[in-house]
Amino acid sequence: MDFYFGLGQTLGVHTLLGLSVYIVLLTGQLTLAQAGFLAIGAYVAGMLTVISGWHIVPALAAGSLATSLVACVVAFPALRVRGLTLAVATIAFGEAVRLFFFNFDYQVWKGDIQVGPLGGEGFRQIRFFPENGWSTLEVMLFVWACVALVMAALWWTDRSRAGAVLRAVGEDEVAAQSVGVNLTAVKVSAMTASGAIAGLGGGLYAHYTTHIEHANFTLGLATFAIAYPILGGLSSVFGTLAAVLFIQGFLVEGLRFLGDWRNLLFGALIVLAMNLRPRGLLDAATAARLKRLLPGSGGAR
Amino acid sequence: MSATLLELDRVSRRFGGVRAVDAVDLTLAEGEILGLIGPNGSGKSTIVNLVCGLFPLSAGRIRFEGRDLGAQPPNRRVAAGIARTFQSIRLFGQLTVWQNLWVAQSPPAKRSAAAFAARWLGGYRRAREAIGEALEFAGLAGQRDQLAGSLTFGEQRRLELARALAARPKLLLLDEPAAGMNATEIAELDERIRRVRDRGITVVLIEHHMELVMSVTDRIAVLNFGRKIAEGSPGEIQAHGEVREAYLGAGGES
Repeated sequence: MDFYFGLGQTLGVHTLLGLSVYIVLLTGQLTLAQAGFLAIGAYVAGMLTVISGWHIVPALAAGSLATSLVACVVAFPALRVRGLTLAVATIAFGEAVRLFFFNFDYQVWKGDIQVGPLGGEGFRQIRFFPENGWSTLEVMLFVWACVALVMAALWWTDRSRAGAVLRAVGEDEVAAQSVGVNLTAVKVSAMTASGAIAGLGGGLYAHYTTHIEHANFTLGLATFAIAYPILGGLSSVFGTLAAVLFIQGFLVEGLRFLGDWRNLLFGALIVLAMNLRPRGLLDAATAARLKRLLPGSGGAR
Repeated sequence: MSATLLELDRVSRRFGGVRAVDAVDLTLAEGEILGLIGPNGSGKSTIVNLVCGLFPLSAGRIRFEGRDLGAQPPNRRVAAGIARTFQSIRLFGQLTVWQNLWVAQSPPAKRSAAAFAARWLGGYRRAREAIGEALEFAGLAGQRDQLAGSLTFGEQRRLELARALAARPKLLLLDEPAAGMNATEIAELDERIRRVRDRGITVVLIEHHMELVMSVTDRIAVLNFGRKIAEGSPGEIQAHGEVREAYLGAGGES
C-alpha cells in the first residue's frame, strides 16, 4: 500500500507544480522557471527543519514565502520580454538556481553527524516526517491538504475580479491596459503567486523524499510543469489536476510495465490527447456539463 | 465656452520616415462632441492611440485637464478619465459580458489598502450597481452570462462601448464605432452617443459615416496626410473646398 501512498505524494507535488504554471498561463505568459522555484522552496524548507529545527508548517510557509519573493524579483526583468524570449529567460533562471545548489555547501554539526546541503552530494537527512513518526499515509494526506488549500484559493481567485483581470491580460494586453489594467502589476503578481505555490510544493517534496540534490530540479521537470495546465486546459484548476493524474498516474506509472517503450508511447499519447482535445482535457464545454451534474453550483454572481 | 478638457499642442508621431501625425493642434471643451474625419491613413487612429498612451509622442504635448500626460502608461490615463473603443473590436472574447465590464470597473478614488482590497476582493455590491447600469445602457442585460465572443457584431460594438463607460471616463474616444453597422444600428448609435454626452462625458468621434458625423457632432476637425487641414462646425466643413478635395482625392499634398 505504501507504494500508492508514495505515488499519491508525488501526484500532489506535481499538482502544485502544474497549478503554479496555471496562474501564469492565465496571463498569457509561459514560464520554465518552475524547477528553480521548486528547488528554492525545497532547500529553504529543508534547511529550516533540519538545521534550525523548525516544525514543518512554518518551514513550508517560509519556503513558500522565500520562493515568492525570488519570483517577484525575477518577474520584473523577465516580464519585459515575452513569448519565446521569456521562455529562454526563465530557462536560464531555472538552470542558474540548479547550478547554485550544485555549488551550495552549508553544513552544521547535529550531534555527531553533519547535516545540510553539500553541493553535488545533495542535501540528505531531511527527516522531519520519520523522526516525528508520520506514516506514509499521513504524509500523503498532509500533501493533499496543501493541494486542496491551493486549489481552493485559485478556484476562488478565478471567480473573483482578479480572475477576470488575469484572463483579460492573457487574451489581449492592449485592450486590458486600455480599460485601466496595470499589466506589470498583474503579471508580477501572477509570477509571485506562482513562486509561492511552487515553493510550497518544493518544501513538501524535500520532506517526503528526505534527500534532494540539484539533479532533481532540471529543465525536464519544468517542461512537465507547463505540460499539466496546457494539457488540462485553462477553464478551471481541475483541468490541471486531471492532467497530472493522466500524465503522472497513467502515463508515467501505469505504463511502467512497458519498460523502455513507455517513453515512446508517452509522447504519442500526449500528441493524441492534444489533437483530440485541443482546448485541454477539461475544456469549457466539459466543465459546463460537469457543473450541471453537480447540484448547487449555479451562478454565484 | 466651458473649460478645456483636452489639449493637443503640436503633436507629432513618426513611424520611420512616415509622418503619421504632423504638428496637430486640437482643443476639446468639456461636454462637446468632436468629429475627427479624414481619408484612410490620415492619422485619426494614431491620434487616438497617442492620447491613450499606446505609443509615445515624437514631438509635442498632450494636456488633459491642464496636466501634461507625458509618458503616462495607458492604465494611468484610464484612471485619469480617458476611455476608448477600438476600430477592430477588442473584447475579451473568452470572458462573459459581465466579466468584460468587471475588468473595466472604475478605480477607487483613494489609494489605500482598504480601497485596494475592496476593488480586488469585494466591492461586489458597488460593482454590481455600476455593471448593471452599463448593461442596461448597452441593452445587454439578458446576455450578461454569455461569452463576449459569442455575441453578434452589433452586440459586441455595444459591449465595447459599455466597457469603455464602465471606467467612468470624462473623455471617450470612439474609433469608427459605426463600421459594419446598418442604418437602424447607426440611428441607435447616434442616440447612444448623445446620451453619453448628456452624462457630461466629452466625446471624440472618428468616423467615415458622414451622415452620423454631421448629425451628432458639435465641431469637426479634418485630417489629411497627418495634418489638420480644417476645423469648424459641421456646416462649415461641408462647405470647405480643401476638405472636399481631400475626400474626392483630387488634391494630393495640401
